[in-house]
Parts: sequence; C-alpha cells; structure tokens
Amino acid sequence: MPNIWVLAELTNGKVQKVSLEIISKVRNFGDVTAIVLGAGAESQAEILGEYGAKKVLVSEDPAYSQYLAEPTAYTVGTLAEQQKPDLIVIGTTYDGRDVAARLNVMLGCGVITDAADINYEGGALKVTVPWYSATTLVDVTSPSSTALLLVRPKSFAAEKLEGAAAPVVEQISLTLPDSAKRARIIETVSEKSEGPSLEDANVIISGGRGLKDAKNFELLHELATPLNAAVGASRAVVDSGWVPYSMQVGQTGKTVKPTVYIAVGISGAIQHTVGMKNSKNIIAINTDADAPIFKFADLGVIGDSLKIIPALTEEIKRRKG
Amino acid sequence: MNIVVCVKQVPEPTGTNKIDPNTLRIVREGVDAVLDPADEYGIEAALQIIEAQGGTVTLVSMGPDRALEAIRRGLAMGADKAIHISDANLAGSDALTTAKILAAAIKRVNPDLILCATESSDSYTGMVPGGIAQILDLPQLTFARKMTVADGKVTIQRQLEGGYQTVEASLPALVTVTGSINEPRYPALKGIMQAKKKPVESLSAADLGLDANEVGQAGAKERVTGWKPAEQRKAGQIVKDDGNAAAVIADFLASIKVI
Repeated sequence: MPNIWVLAELTNGKVQKVSLEIISKVRNFGDVTAIVLGAGAESQAEILGEYGAKKVLVSEDPAYSQYLAEPTAYTVGTLAEQQKPDLIVIGTTYDGRDVAARLNVMLGCGVITDAADINYEGGALKVTVPWYSATTLVDVTSPSSTALLLVRPKSFAAEKLEGAAAPVVEQISLTLPDSAKRARIIETVSEKSEGPSLEDANVIISGGRGLKDAKNFELLHELATPLNAAVGASRAVVDSGWVPYSMQVGQTGKTVKPTVYIAVGISGAIQHTVGMKNSKNIIAINTDADAPIFKFADLGVIGDSLKIIPALTEEIKRRKG
Repeated sequence: MNIVVCVKQVPEPTGTNKIDPNTLRIVREGVDAVLDPADEYGIEAALQIIEAQGGTVTLVSMGPDRALEAIRRGLAMGADKAIHISDANLAGSDALTTAKILAAAIKRVNPDLILCATESSDSYTGMVPGGIAQILDLPQLTFARKMTVADGKVTIQRQLEGGYQTVEASLPALVTVTGSINEPRYPALKGIMQAKKKPVESLSAADLGLDANEVGQAGAKERVTGWKPAEQRKAGQIVKDDGNAAAVIADFLASIKVI
C-alpha cells in the first residue's frame, strides 16, 4: 500500500476544506499521513483523523505562518527525504503552489498539477488531468520514487470516514534554519465583500468584456441582492482593472460549482470555462450568437445584457413580492 | 538594479490549443504564437524600476528558434538584452527541467531581482518560478499585485483569496507578478526598430552544463500513459431576446428552484 502524505493547510488555525477533500479521496489507496504546520496545528489532528488520516505530523512553530513557502517546503522536503513517501498531495492554493514548486526541486521528483482524478492501477499511480482547455483527459504517472500532486479545491467531496480510529499524532522535531526565513509576511489584510463568497454561493453572476464598462458591474450587484448571489468576473475584465482579482473565476482564478452560474457578456474562453463548467446549471447572456459559451449553456440568451439584466432584476423582485 | 524577466512564447491564448495525438504535446507549428501576455506585466514592472532607479533588464527565455519573435517584442517594449536557450533536445521538458535550464541561464547574469508571471498561459503549472528560486537559493515572493524595490529590499502586496498580504525580503529575490500590477506599454515603432539591434545570446542545454539525457522528454519525471477526449456539456435552449428575455430567465431560475 502506498504511503501517502497530505499537506493539510491551515487558515486562521483551522484546516482548509481542500485538505479534507484530498484526504477523503486518497485514503482509498493507502495509509494517509497529514502534515500540519503552524499555530493551532495540534488541535486539528482530531478532524484530520475523522476524514481518514492515520498519522498526523504537527509543529506549532510560528515561523510557518510568518514566512512564505520556505519553512513549510524545508520541513516537508526534509521529512520526505528521510521517510520517502510514495506520494505527496497538496491543494492548489496560493501557499500550496509555492510550497510544491520548491519541493519539486528539493526532491527532484515528478509534479502533476491540476489532478481531476486519482487512481492506483497495479500499484502504479494514475492521475487524470484535463489538458488543452479541458478538451482532453490525459492519464499521467510519475516514475520518480516520490511523486508530487496538486489538486484544485472542489475536485473531490469531503466525507468523514465511518469508524475512523483516532490518528497517531507525532511532533516534528526539526529546527528551522534561518535561511528558510526570508520572505517575511508583515501583515495580512482581509478585503471581504458583502454577501456570500464565490466559494459558498448557490448563485453566481459573472461579468465579462460584454458589459462594456467597469461601472456596469453595478447592474450585476443589483441583480445579486435579490438572488443572494456572489458576483464574479472573467480574467479579461480583472486584467483591465475593472474589478479586483479576488472576483476572478477561471484557470487563474477560482473554481466554482454553484447551482446556477449566470455568465453575462462572457464569450466562454477556456481560461474562464475551466473554473465554472461544473456548475449545475449555466445561463449565458451574450450579444454574439457565435460565442463559445452558447455551446454548453443550459439556457443561452442572445441579446443586450445591459437591457436584460435590469429587467431581470425587476422581474425577480416582482416575483418574490 | 540588474533585473531578469523570464518570458515565454505561447500559442495565441485566445485560440483553442490543439493536441498532437502522437506526441501529446501542444501543436505549435502553424499556430499563431505570441509573447505570453502574462509576461508583459513582469517586463513592464522591470522597466518601471530601471526608469526610476537605473539598471539593466535582461530577458531569459527557453523555446524553439521562432521564440526569438517573442523575445524581440519584449526588447521592443524596452528590455536591454536577452538570453535565448534554444535546443532541439529541450522539446518536452517538464517544469523541473525548465526551472533548471532557466536558473542556469539566470545565474550568468547574477541579477538583484528576477520577475516571472505566476504561470504561463499555455501549460499553467505555475511550478517554474518557485523552482528557479529554490535552485538559486532565493526567497520567492508570489502573486504580487503591487511591488516596491528600495534600500536593498523588495516589498509586495501578495494577492490572496479574500484580501492580500504585505510581504518583504532582502534582495536578491524572485517575484511573480499578476495582471493587476500594471498596464504594460505597447511597443513603439522606435522600440521595434531598436529591438532588432539589441544583443540576444543564444545558448544550448550543453552550454548550461546540462546533459541531453536529463532534459526534454528523456528527463521528464512524468509519463503520459493514455488519453481520451473529455465529455463536453451539451448546449441547452437558445433564445433570442425579443423583449421577453427577463421572463424566460426568471422561469428557468424558478424551474431549478433558485427563486
């Protein structure tokens, strides 16, 4: 049975959902060891066990949350060189990607990003990865003794393991060298918007270049209120500075899976669709009848979104009384 | 200030990438190729620093001979010179090999600051910049939406899911920049003319001390074992707005119990 490590990332001392999603998946293939680093690590061992981690390696050294990437990469890399796990799995998060890039070099191993499915066939790792704008599913394996794998949030369901035993908890005894403490985090600032987040919303309304002007995003916010929706955006309008990056849905932004995704003035470039195509329902509004998004929208409306969106806001308010 | 910007030529990002069923690589022949738009932000950031503080901007790029076109565009924007690593043995290189090659080339320039995009717009692994930092034993400051360089230090605003972090490190350092950091300039005719005369050093893998058998497809630590077309969502109902679109959409939302 492969020995599988999962880097369980913390946000404000709580383990991130993506880490639980990964553990829920990989516990089917081998013994899972979770590594948790930073303030609050030890308190998270119990929940990691509930999702299937048999062993939890912890360290509460504050340096893990004071410096970018290097302390975590140093620890995971050093432990991996000693203990040679078969697979290390990390979430595709800002911190996770930074750590994985350094580990890739430290371990001289293969790295597979964007895993859509994970399997072991005849003892060999088989990862399915969407390539070329998700038009092709490619099976990838890594012949290196330890393989590194990155998994996007929401790729797998987080499910507790019935009858899970309490995990073995071990303290990590490594001392971090000063050379790993270089990119210092001076402050972390929250820029929370009102209403539900893109990750949690049942309804998402996203805008693209078809809105013609940054100020027309206000129309989407007005529609979002009665629908209790989150407002997202395509990369094109984020790069143009219309809205902040935190609103970006797509390959380089967030991956979302709402009940309904309303794409307004978005043509449907692959960059965007990779992040939203697993939505349960997709509604697209676009003036261009040939826009690629109409090829997979459940409801496609050819028309001027600047007229349709205000009318829809009124219609929904009217129906809700 | 001695700055290196890593750049890459990619298939036109708005086009649809095609896959060669035999090699499983992106088809690059006969496809429009451009300087990765994501790289223009790093070039612009570097130019703004040297315009204020003086210095040199060197572009470093790995790619086939035709990638010189993309390098010339970066030079036309205002970069001073370039290193182009072009070698048939490098085809099929994975992220680790790419990081090794770029790091070996960057080392020759001994920069104070290395700028990269967060990821390329064709393969999207995002593993190369951090790999370069690890190989060159440098700190990496990532996802920068703002950057200041002063007093031997670089300080960035690092984009996060719901906000940002202020992160600081002493130089030398590697920084990855997002599309929010600036508005890249368009090359002027004068710049395009000057770019043709700017020095571009051409290197092979062997020039950088890497064996043919440890780079390219031969050196890759990942193996493709099979592939199939992905199941695509099908189109649903398409309607043309005749003034009734709001009601049609509201009916749809009601049918899925959203309202």
